[in-house]
Amino acid sequence: MSEGLKLHFEVAPDDIAAAGNASTGTKNTLKKMGFPAAIIRRVAIAMYEGEINMVIHAKGGDVDVEIQPDRIVMTLADRGPGIPDIDLAMQEGWSTATENVREYGFGAGMGLPNMKKNTDEMRIDTQLGVGTTVTMTVYVA
Amino acid sequence: MKVQDLVRILDAKVLTGEDRMDTEVHSACGADMMSDVLAFVKEQAVLLTGLTNPQVVRTAEMMDMRCVVFVRGKQPPEAVVELAREHEMILLQTQRRMFTACGMLYEAGLRGEEGNR
Repeated sequence: MSEGLKLHFEVAPDDIAAAGNASTGTKNTLKKMGFPAAIIRRVAIAMYEGEINMVIHAKGGDVDVEIQPDRIVMTLADRGPGIPDIDLAMQEGWSTATENVREYGFGAGMGLPNMKKNTDEMRIDTQLGVGTTVTMTVYVA
Repeated sequence: MKVQDLVRILDAKVLTGEDRMDTEVHSACGADMMSDVLAFVKEQAVLLTGLTNPQVVRTAEMMDMRCVVFVRGKQPPEAVVELAREHEMILLQTQRRMFTACGMLYEAGLRGEEGNR
């Protein structure tokens, strides 16, 4: 398969107010490229949830997006503490977010489950003390 | 219903988007938990909320919503209004509280997801 269009974003640590730049940037690019609105929304939601996670749980990180005609692959790599128990983290309602995060309307324990729900494939590679990489694919059916 | 109808019904102040008052909106949701908006909302065009941080505008933007109504007279910071302008999101502000604002709009014909089934 030929190389698709690649986007790269850096997610700043500790700045909830700025979280969303990568999702907005990707959304705008996909819109210009003419992808269906429903596909764009799934990508935007999954990526935005991921970005919020990178800011509130990790110390920011890198977001890479590869856009192919038939798929969009998002790779979110953070430098956070890692996830000790992925099954637990995937449970709706389970959250380790702080009160400060809840004031922004997040930290309900819906992020990872919602990322899985909006994507066709999701893989979590995590190493305690090193970081977590979430890879998500949305197929353009 | 058009956004100008929301303004009239809620006696709302237009914070930005004055030039798009004829935008059609058919459904709405009320939430202070953005996680829930991202997880449960499907095709709603209007978000009523008591939160005023930038993530409200970003969440609405990700969900392809057209208009955010701040209830209880909440005033968003200028940076939030500016972000909404960039994304062509309409911002309204009403003194009505959440329950009352939602009830008035429902009575006027605006529906939530359940009402559209």
